[in-house]
Amino acid sequence: MSTESLRIVWVYPDLLSTYGDRGNALILARRARQRGMPVEVLEVRSDQRLPATADIYLIGGGEDGPQALGAQRLIADGGLHRAVAQGSVVFGVCAGYQLLGNSFFAKGTRYAGLELLDITSDRGESRAVGELAGDVDGRLGLPPLSGFENHGGRTHLGPGVAPLARVTAGVGNDGATEGAWRGKLLGTYSHGPALARNPALADLLLRWATGVHQLPPVDDTWPERLRAERRAAVAAARG
Amino acid sequence: MPLRAKVASSVSRTAAALSRAAGRGDGSVIGGWIGLKIDPDLLAHLAAGRAIALISGTNGKTTTTRLAAAAVGVLGKVATNSFGANMPTGHTSALAKAGSTPYAVLEVDEHYLAQVLEATDPHVVALLNLSRDQLDRAKEVAMMAQLWRAALVRHPDVRVVANADDPMVVWAASPPPTHDHRIKPPTVTWFSAGQRWHDDSWVCPECGSTIQRSGDQWWCSGCPLRRPQPHWVVEDDGVLDPTGAWHKVSLQLPGKVNIGNAATALAVAAEFGVRPVDAVSRLASVTSVAGRYAQVEREGRLIRLLLAKNPASWLEAFDMADLAPTLLSINARDPDGLDTSWLFDVDFAPLRGRQVLITGDRAYDLAVRLDVNDVPFQHVRTFTDAIRAVPPGRLEVIANYTAFQDIRAELDRVN
Repeated sequence: MSTESLRIVWVYPDLLSTYGDRGNALILARRARQRGMPVEVLEVRSDQRLPATADIYLIGGGEDGPQALGAQRLIADGGLHRAVAQGSVVFGVCAGYQLLGNSFFAKGTRYAGLELLDITSDRGESRAVGELAGDVDGRLGLPPLSGFENHGGRTHLGPGVAPLARVTAGVGNDGATEGAWRGKLLGTYSHGPALARNPALADLLLRWATGVHQLPPVDDTWPERLRAERRAAVAAARG
Repeated sequence: MPLRAKVASSVSRTAAALSRAAGRGDGSVIGGWIGLKIDPDLLAHLAAGRAIALISGTNGKTTTTRLAAAAVGVLGKVATNSFGANMPTGHTSALAKAGSTPYAVLEVDEHYLAQVLEATDPHVVALLNLSRDQLDRAKEVAMMAQLWRAALVRHPDVRVVANADDPMVVWAASPPPTHDHRIKPPTVTWFSAGQRWHDDSWVCPECGSTIQRSGDQWWCSGCPLRRPQPHWVVEDDGVLDPTGAWHKVSLQLPGKVNIGNAATALAVAAEFGVRPVDAVSRLASVTSVAGRYAQVEREGRLIRLLLAKNPASWLEAFDMADLAPTLLSINARDPDGLDTSWLFDVDFAPLRGRQVLITGDRAYDLAVRLDVNDVPFQHVRTFTDAIRAVPPGRLEVIANYTAFQDIRAELDRVN
């Protein structure tokens, strides 16, 4: 953790903020403050330099054009690569997840990714839209993932990463696995404010960033009710 | 009208009446659907011979359509789809029901603008705004702007009334540059009504550079796209017309956003030759629009209904709501969009300091959002519970589409 306060960077909200992506920054900041940590949230637009010294970087979803542009600017900027080399946490969602990989498709063209995660994305035959749920990699010690996905990509995992979860509802990477992680980098197709439904995942990112192994509990009455309701909805849809 | 169209039109009217009698909504969709089955060109046949205005955009189209119909009414009878049935079936039904009228003002779902332009050959098209709305099934904003632009290029003779404050709309209304001198640029009348929501237009749709903003002005940092000089401008509680004359706008509808809708309506009417001075007083005849802004008294509570379907319209609803107990209701059924992520695009902080109640199918999504936003709230199971949880006096209700319809049904389909 850098100096006095936890620094969270929301990367390129002008390009990569399609639907409620701000939520992840708000949720992390709130959960940190509830534990008495001072927090600073920086919104860094795509015409600004990306600071390399923050603790957590959040990359949201976006349309094809902005995704391609965002990846090009992040590669040219180099700040995110330096931050990762120094041990910063990165959380990528949807388009932001894809662009962390080796390459992705946008507007019918293959674009180079940041090569921070060993994943490769291409186009699926159909768009994946709906509830997404999965059992998370046991090493992360998290309850099941709950989210909503809306993407046309299919993502193939290389040996350098582990899947975040095994899909129990929805599509995720390919219908079998969902998301990917290595070290302190984690990506998911659970789009937008993914942390709203996954408070334990938010706390994992905070633990990674701070090195604190156990965070004091906070009141999660509403997120837990939301999770239970979504779990019931997914079960009911399955029949 | 060809015989087939006459039959289709008559069957369409009957079906709509049956649907209403059966208590199945306003009947405008089913009536139009049956009519179009009998004569696929029915909409074009019904449109022929009328001077038509189309009103489209993400937000404000139902209200603006109602206001524009009132303004054009200075000239004569106006057909309009005033129940918000804004796809071709709704247009067909509205025109069939109205019989022969010299004018029509039609609200058009933004996805259907190209198709309805083709079928109705309108005199004028008004483009209000484009912002994120139901992205799990709707087109993304830039793609929508592209579709509008392509449709307008195919109709160079239509007059366009467009929002100078929305970069996506300005780009859609400005055709791509051409060296073909036979193609004349369209006639665009620009209006400015102010815009609270900017989060879908930071990236230039023409060149991908950043859009810069300062005060009312905006411009692209990488290409010539910039805010055009508006001809109609909202100023205080009135509208400046292109001649520089200011008209006070007295409405029965709340909020600055509706003054903007009134300005657009006057600009549309002016394209038919209506002078704003003749039309402005007629705007006050519009009270509520398909239940929006309706006020109802129940158990000593004066309830007002505000519809808010997407982030931009929530910001406008907060501006309209009085400082009074407020019920928020959220569903995520098919017409609403299945995804509730947009709740995090709305800053609910303006609701701090008042009693806030929440309900609806997706109240828990809203609960998590309000919790993160430090807005205290109380969850209630039903609308009746909400009424009983607040003291007598004003109760503001802000709801998204089907949640709004549910509450409207509890209030006996108030209009």
